[in-house]
Amino acid sequence: MRTILHSDANCFYASVEMLHHPECRNLPMAVGGDPETRHGIILTANYIAKRSGVRTGAALWEAREACPGLVILPPDYDQYLRFSGYLREIYGNYTDRVEAFGLDECWLDVSESCGIKGEGEKIAKEINERVRKELGLTVSVGVSWNKIFAKFGSDYRKPDAVTCVSRENYRRIVWERPVSELLYVGRATSAKLRKLGINTIGELAETDPDFLYAYFGKMGSTLSIFANGEDRTPVSLIGDQVPVKSVGNGMTMPYDLKTDEEVRVSCYMLSESVARRLRENGFAGDVIELYVRDSELHGLTRRHRIDVPTNISFEIAEEAFRLFRENYRWKKPIRGLCVRVSNLTAEKRPYQLSLFRSETVRKKQLIMDQTVEKIRRRFGDDAIRRGLMAFGPRITPRKRQEQVIHPLSYFQKGNLSGA
Amino acid sequence: MEETYKVYVEVGVIFERDGRIVPKWLKMGDVRYDIERILDCRRAASMKAGGCGLRYTIRCRGQNAYLFFEDTEPGAWFVESRQAVPAG
Ligand SMILES: [Mg+2]
Repeated sequence: MRTILHSDANCFYASVEMLHHPECRNLPMAVGGDPETRHGIILTANYIAKRSGVRTGAALWEAREACPGLVILPPDYDQYLRFSGYLREIYGNYTDRVEAFGLDECWLDVSESCGIKGEGEKIAKEINERVRKELGLTVSVGVSWNKIFAKFGSDYRKPDAVTCVSRENYRRIVWERPVSELLYVGRATSAKLRKLGINTIGELAETDPDFLYAYFGKMGSTLSIFANGEDRTPVSLIGDQVPVKSVGNGMTMPYDLKTDEEVRVSCYMLSESVARRLRENGFAGDVIELYVRDSELHGLTRRHRIDVPTNISFEIAEEAFRLFRENYRWKKPIRGLCVRVSNLTAEKRPYQLSLFRSETVRKKQLIMDQTVEKIRRRFGDDAIRRGLMAFGPRITPRKRQEQVIHPLSYFQKGNLSGA
Repeated sequence: MEETYKVYVEVGVIFERDGRIVPKWLKMGDVRYDIERILDCRRAASMKAGGCGLRYTIRCRGQNAYLFFEDTEPGAWFVESRQAVPAG
């Protein structure tokens, strides 16, 4: 029988911040979007804030209203990515089958190591303990024979808990809960199910799968499999997938840009930091996206898929600038720019070589990026710059970073359950 | 409750042939403390000072203390201190 763990870091962003700001640990605290960039929403709140009614997704003003003394810190995604890596490092001590689901959740298939490292529950408790001691965070872990119930287990009790969903107890633990608590039963699906008189996961499990298929199509069969604990989807190998959708960097200019040259320089600045962060985390991507905001705050987004995944600053910058040249007509000066790379894969993954790109040149560019990075690390960011930087706006994009991070869909990899 | 501060310190280290990093002394303000012994080394979080990394339990001037190596970019060493500013 398989032994699957699902480990979920509790209030992840807020917990990482609390670790680094001990003075906030006993205060209501939340991590929220920068109000200047107009998506001022709560990303994660600690439990004290949650108890006062601060919800994820709420506008900052709403949250402050619900909880007057709320401390709101801006997100530091580089830090969260680093801690996400530390977590996976710990998980990697138990198995090479570690599949990330967002930054703070992972499945682990420990079937093979159960003999060596002890039963699933024991491993789960050890992981929970190590994360607390070594990283100062808490995780709740679910243990089961399939990914769906393991995930259910990690949601069942939190924070800082281990829940086993076994063949003996799943009817009691899982089946009595409302269908909405099953992975991928969203609001629309659960409303439809309720109309059919299916309220609990147990009722869903006991509904004729043919009927569900007739009603929901393929999703119906999947739901039936999920509810019965029959999902056989494997846990992917560590380093095979990427827990985030994209890495981007944007900035608002200190003054409006008026020439192609200034935009080109800005593209390079942004691309250098995007490429660096991609490499730091072992990612590469083949969709380059450029967002331009003009002085009247109208936005324009263009993206293009290139022929190979990249994390090389030159390639990203040139593509971003090409998108700009082809799409921007200079009716207005420019206030803000954002460069983003998406459709990410692990950089070590083999890819189809392009006929039109020289791998030797690419290799050289990569080494150049890495060397520049080393020099900057030792001697400071200004120690080495591209010649063209002398012609652009004098700004550092590092501070103004924003990054979209959300979990990939369970189905995205095409492994639609064991059906 | 007594406050604890995270204080970054200058550290003299030896890189052993096998790759281990052994701190030999640390400097807080103008005072240099020789590390007489390393009692333990493991990954750990500092809940008091805030952060995590490789934690060395060291003995300096007959007293035990924690010295952390934070493996951020660039890496840095810190101690849990009672004083916000290192004693001169
Ligand atoms: Mg979580």
